[in-house]
Amino acid sequence: MAEKIAARTEALTENPFHYCPGCAHGIIHRLVAETIEELGVREKTVGVASVGCSVFAYNYFNMDMQQAAHGRAPAVATGIKRVLPDNFVFTYQGDGDLAAIGTAEIVHAAARGENITVIFVNNTTYGMTGGQSAPTTILGQKTTTTPYGRDPHVNGYPMGVSEMLSTLGGVAHVSRVSIYSPAQVNRAKRAIKKAFEVQREKKGFSFVEVLASCPTNWRMTPQDALKWIEEKMLPIYPLGEFKTAAEEGK
Amino acid sequence: MAKVLMGGNEALAEAALRAGCRHFFGYPITPQSEIPEYLAKKMPQLDGVYLQAESEIAAINMVYGAAGAGVRVFTASSGPGISLMSEGISYIAGAELPCVIVNIMRGGPGLGNIAPSQADYNQATKGIGHGDFHLIVLAPNSVQEMADLTMLAFQLAEEYRNPAMILSDGLLGQMMEPVEFNENPPKEKDKPWATRGAKGRDPNIINRLLIEAEALQKHNLKLQEKYQLIKETQCRCESYLAEDADILLAAFGSCSRMAKSAVEMARSRGIKAGLVRPITLWPFPEKEVAEAAKGAKACLVTEMNEGQMLLDIRLALKGRIPIHFLGKSGGIIPTPGEILEEIERIEVNLRG
Amino acid sequence: MFLTTIDKESCKGCYLCIPVCPKRLIKLGSEINKRGYHPAIITDTGECTGCRACFRMCPDLAIEIAKVV
Repeated sequence: MAEKIAARTEALTENPFHYCPGCAHGIIHRLVAETIEELGVREKTVGVASVGCSVFAYNYFNMDMQQAAHGRAPAVATGIKRVLPDNFVFTYQGDGDLAAIGTAEIVHAAARGENITVIFVNNTTYGMTGGQSAPTTILGQKTTTTPYGRDPHVNGYPMGVSEMLSTLGGVAHVSRVSIYSPAQVNRAKRAIKKAFEVQREKKGFSFVEVLASCPTNWRMTPQDALKWIEEKMLPIYPLGEFKTAAEEGK
Repeated sequence: MAKVLMGGNEALAEAALRAGCRHFFGYPITPQSEIPEYLAKKMPQLDGVYLQAESEIAAINMVYGAAGAGVRVFTASSGPGISLMSEGISYIAGAELPCVIVNIMRGGPGLGNIAPSQADYNQATKGIGHGDFHLIVLAPNSVQEMADLTMLAFQLAEEYRNPAMILSDGLLGQMMEPVEFNENPPKEKDKPWATRGAKGRDPNIINRLLIEAEALQKHNLKLQEKYQLIKETQCRCESYLAEDADILLAAFGSCSRMAKSAVEMARSRGIKAGLVRPITLWPFPEKEVAEAAKGAKACLVTEMNEGQMLLDIRLALKGRIPIHFLGKSGGIIPTPGEILEEIERIEVNLRG
Repeated sequence: MFLTTIDKESCKGCYLCIPVCPKRLIKLGSEINKRGYHPAIITDTGECTGCRACFRMCPDLAIEIAKVV
């Protein structure tokens, strides 16, 4: 008799991912979906997909989903959560979506302490549109719109979204994790679970930034891309918990 | 139910509450701010949600989320805010989500001013956002209609799963008139398509991304069928002394009241004038307008803009009679006297 | 004892699983799947300790592990 100890979670549909080989989205989708299944809330969850490579997330998460305009997922999620306060609501957003066009929406959803969970995938680039620079592109990084490397005098500085949001009153949980090794994947899952638990206990806004790889647009092998996260991104985007509910004493 | 003296904006907000709407997402902008202020007081008493968003862009996307979760929801703004909502409105129409969007128009373009205007007619009926879609657009011309048409808007939005707009202006929003609320507001339809948690069913998806061209074409044709049905069944129009009118006035919203006074003044001077007033601006009541103009020798369109409904009137009358235009913009309102002068001028050269 | 399988059609040949297997049981495959990728293949699952490192790193849910009792 064989008992499966690792297989596709029921919170993911059978649809194969359209993501490029080695894309971190696939890992992160699994972590979010497994968390939702383990908390037993799949039938009470409404997910909000953003615009970017993960725009098709509604084909992958096996639960009610809404697809939001670029940058507006936190607002859409707010509308849903205000209608269904006892449901679980999460957004799944990339760095172009959340840190560029959607900055106002994420800041105000956090400041309002919306009881939603935001999964923020930071891979320093606009993947879907072909590798343009994002607010999270690091200095010197070449992209199709910073062909000579990001120059702060022209394109400004990388944005520490987790640090920024952790200063806001309504925020109960902010952590930054990554997926560049099995151990990091474990930590990422724990952080995602913790964020959803904060939402379950209605302690306010929860946010997990996941440093992710984009092999295709970084023009690297999937393995080198994971190394690049560790060597290049970590110094700019240190991992850790920037705010925990316990600290708030809520 | 007894009449009560109320401001247009408050009456509109009260009508929404009586229609069972318990969710509003908005943003302050003159001349509609009494709507959010009224709801900020009332919603908590009714266990409803009043939320002031960080921008009109956020507000319309909150409406998208709430409508997708299956409740009656509305937002209100003025021209500049409606312009910011444009992308969100296109998403809502594409995803076929029922909701109500209120535009209390003000002077434009740009920051314009806060005086009343009708200069967002084309935006509402023809160019509110990208893609082939329409809003159902209702134009009240009194505080009573601010209430009645709002209830109707919720009903039509749900009936056709389409956003509906109340196109009003600062004059109607700010003035007070007696109003009586409809005792039996439209009942809410159930929404099996809503995202309320996939319990015991397949997941619902609120979305309008269709990456395959055939799928998007198919969806567009479905929308067009819906619009055709709305055109055939939901046109609303009112006419006054049009049957024997030589000169037919055409006006909507608050401007139609000045036109009506001018018609009466003209009649008292022996000039056979009449008025046709479209109430649904989309679907535009072409047949009703053509019918009202059957006997007329000339038409005078008067609006608080530089000529927008004018184009729809031209289409409806197909060049059969000359069409004159008297427009004011910047927040200035055409007076009955000015309109009467125009009627007399037309009447003179009609006699030739 | 564990039975670990890599679904040939799901695998996109990203090979993120290969370096993380403590027992080096996963290798590049030579076959081509329907989508034109060279799926990774697992050689002798007898050695597999069920640590699930490969499963954690797989972005496409191509790997399944069963505990054979």
